[in-house]
Amino acid sequence: MDKSYEAIMNRQTEIIRKSIGVDYDKFEIEGIAFDYQKMMKEAGYTIAEVQKIQRETAVGNTPLVELKNINALVRKNSDRGKGARIFIKDEQTNPSGSFKDRRASVSVYRAKELGYKGVIAATSGNYGAAVASQAAKRGLKSIIVQECFDSRGVGQPEILEKERSCAAYGSEIVQTTVGPELFYYTLLLLEETGFFNASLYSPYAIAGIETLGWEIAKQTQQITGRFPDVVVSTHAGGGLTTGTARGLQKAGATNTIIVGASVDLRGLHMASDNDFNRKSFTTGHTGFGIPFAVFPDRSDVPRNAARVLRYMDRYVLVTQGEVFYMTELLAKLEGLQRGPAGNTSLAAAFALAREMNEDEIIVVNETEYTGAGKLPSAQLTFAKQNNIEVKKGDPIKEDKPGERIVIPESPLQIGYIEIPMMQLKESYINQLFKRLNKTEFTRKEIEFIAEDIRESVGTVQKLIEKLRA
Amino acid sequence: MKAKKGDWVQIHFVALKPQERSEHLPEDTKKVPFEIRIKGFLQNDQASIGDLVVIKTPIGRIVEGNLEKINPKYEHNFGEPIAELLEITLDSLFEGDRNG
Repeated sequence: MDKSYEAIMNRQTEIIRKSIGVDYDKFEIEGIAFDYQKMMKEAGYTIAEVQKIQRETAVGNTPLVELKNINALVRKNSDRGKGARIFIKDEQTNPSGSFKDRRASVSVYRAKELGYKGVIAATSGNYGAAVASQAAKRGLKSIIVQECFDSRGVGQPEILEKERSCAAYGSEIVQTTVGPELFYYTLLLLEETGFFNASLYSPYAIAGIETLGWEIAKQTQQITGRFPDVVVSTHAGGGLTTGTARGLQKAGATNTIIVGASVDLRGLHMASDNDFNRKSFTTGHTGFGIPFAVFPDRSDVPRNAARVLRYMDRYVLVTQGEVFYMTELLAKLEGLQRGPAGNTSLAAAFALAREMNEDEIIVVNETEYTGAGKLPSAQLTFAKQNNIEVKKGDPIKEDKPGERIVIPESPLQIGYIEIPMMQLKESYINQLFKRLNKTEFTRKEIEFIAEDIRESVGTVQKLIEKLRA
Repeated sequence: MKAKKGDWVQIHFVALKPQERSEHLPEDTKKVPFEIRIKGFLQNDQASIGDLVVIKTPIGRIVEGNLEKINPKYEHNFGEPIAELLEITLDSLFEGDRNG
């Protein structure tokens, strides 16, 4: 069979259909509109079912830890009566060391149930290790496809560590150079092997994360007597935030404010060979966060189950230097060596807590395992080798992605950059204009957009009018 | 140095030449090929670096490519001490007024 780029991409729909076991056509309404909630209900699993699946492979039920010393530092640096209590969900205690085990557990369970011999995941992050670990537990083979090297053959240290981790679980790891053709090669492998596509964006993957939100609601209530006022979630592809928010809602925490947080890497092109090794974060950054928020259906499945504009109340950015600083604080004040991913939302939580009342609760929804390649020392050494300036100073004023990383001089310099939600929502509509090459939408499509960006039909109509002009 | 059958090796191959790549790429990425590296067990009786060889991956898949490394080691590490981070201490954060 023809394995050229064009031929494989032409067979994309057929390959995806065979490899994922979801009939997406069932949920289509018309044009851009589809029934998201029906898809999540029929193709996903209930919380109780997911809990059962996850218990079988020791996933979930992670501790919720109050960061008492960091909270003391927050209070010391806040106005009287301010300084919310920060808690962190210690997701590192999952089998492969991150919340991604939740996501992988259901996908791999599903693959096994449907009779697939193996699973494939396209990911440079912790999800690879999670799929590999869950596949090992269920006796399936796994292939992890990761974007790892630039054209010089230099690998990003954190991604090299993920390769080591996947290899430890017995996976085959396919390491590519920079480019979206990672998807092409994944399709090629899916076709060749007949394996299951353990997509990050399937309804199963998102259902797997809902237990995280559920546990956060229940544990916070148990410890503090109330639901969290705010949950901060590192935002990249949208799965963590979507799943957490859905789980919180299912547990009854319907008033909790969901804040998405990403590392600010604006200005760096994610498909650029030159930019690839000029960043110190491989995920949880704006390079995924913004595109996936405003056009979720860019993923490897026909309909992405991770749709953050439905769930996110605020979106904030933090700089690389602030996240490294918070990683140090978490280790030195709390005795928790973790990260980097969860520390992005922790940096945002630190700044937000200073603005909140002292009786309020703010929860950071993840930690991840750390070590070689992942530590701030590993990443900053690598940054310096790639001619990135590392200095102390004001992180928000002086930060320049790809050129300068600024480590705060004091905790008072930990802040955030707010991206107005309406800006993302406008961008969502602009993306539809651009990608579908149309500016007219049917009533059903407008109702879908309204649901997808959580605005009224009237607001959507006004936005469409405004952007047409 | 030669690798022999059964050795753990890394192969490299070009999956797409620059002209075969996706149309939507930044200028710098357009100029370079899309390359792939995979590790596995050498199936040829023996081979030298650069030879076209066949490997069997840990899940049993057979792949062809050019021999790039024999017994490839993990080269990522913990990095060097970073002065800007070492300076963050309990005393500096709490100005000495915590824990005595």
